[in-house]
Amino acid sequence: MESISFNEEGSLMKLEYDVLKEDFSRAGEASSKIKKVLMQLGIDSKIIRRIAIATYEAEINVAIHSEGGKIFVLVKDDKIEVLIEDVGPGIENVNLAMTEGYSTATQQVREMGFGAGMGLPNMKRCSDEFYIASKVGEYTKVKLVMNL
Amino acid sequence: MNLKELLADDRFELLSGTTTDREILNTRCCDLLSWVMARGSQGTAWVTVQAHTNIVAVASLLEFACIIIPENINVEKDVLDKAHDEDVAIVSTPLDSYGIFQYFYEKGLR
Repeated sequence: MESISFNEEGSLMKLEYDVLKEDFSRAGEASSKIKKVLMQLGIDSKIIRRIAIATYEAEINVAIHSEGGKIFVLVKDDKIEVLIEDVGPGIENVNLAMTEGYSTATQQVREMGFGAGMGLPNMKRCSDEFYIASKVGEYTKVKLVMNL
Repeated sequence: MNLKELLADDRFELLSGTTTDREILNTRCCDLLSWVMARGSQGTAWVTVQAHTNIVAVASLLEFACIIIPENINVEKDVLDKAHDEDVAIVSTPLDSYGIFQYFYEKGLR
């Protein structure tokens, strides 16, 4: 299992947001705030779009699958790093979870249009670097790097 | 075409949002939010039967032109309030998705 490091050294700005379990009505708020801050910083709109998609998928994943978690964003000179960490059941088979179409979401969540098994693949597609680490019964951590 | 032109047709009613000069560049009908997140693009007129608050986040983050709710499906007030806050245009129509696409095709969106 890869270990995920999050080095705040040299970062120009750090953003931090809570994501609550099953709080679908607020899902998207963190992404929206992140997007607004990055727009104010004058980051390229194409990169902002990728970050917005990835952080939204992350919010939904944390809300659906975990007991709650946090999203951190580090803005650096040459890149933006996003760390998502939750407390919860973890992922038993990470390779399977990375397969498009595979999902363990409930029927109720699927009826809302989530749980299509596209969250993690979408996050990876939006990133220049993608790291995932999980311990069953404890946590899942995902780190995304978008180069500027 | 822009949103204003769409709303000039009385089959389309604006339920939320105030900015109506947004360009409609393409259209997509899909109820899987992740699919839309992966493939939607700026200026999309998004047709979906999903009428919960998360559609507002998707449309806002991806800068869609509007969300079109077909077949007069009811949209709850909390969804419209959130759409209003985010200035996301939600449009209601009695048309089904086929009828909506037919409209756009006839308007030259192809």
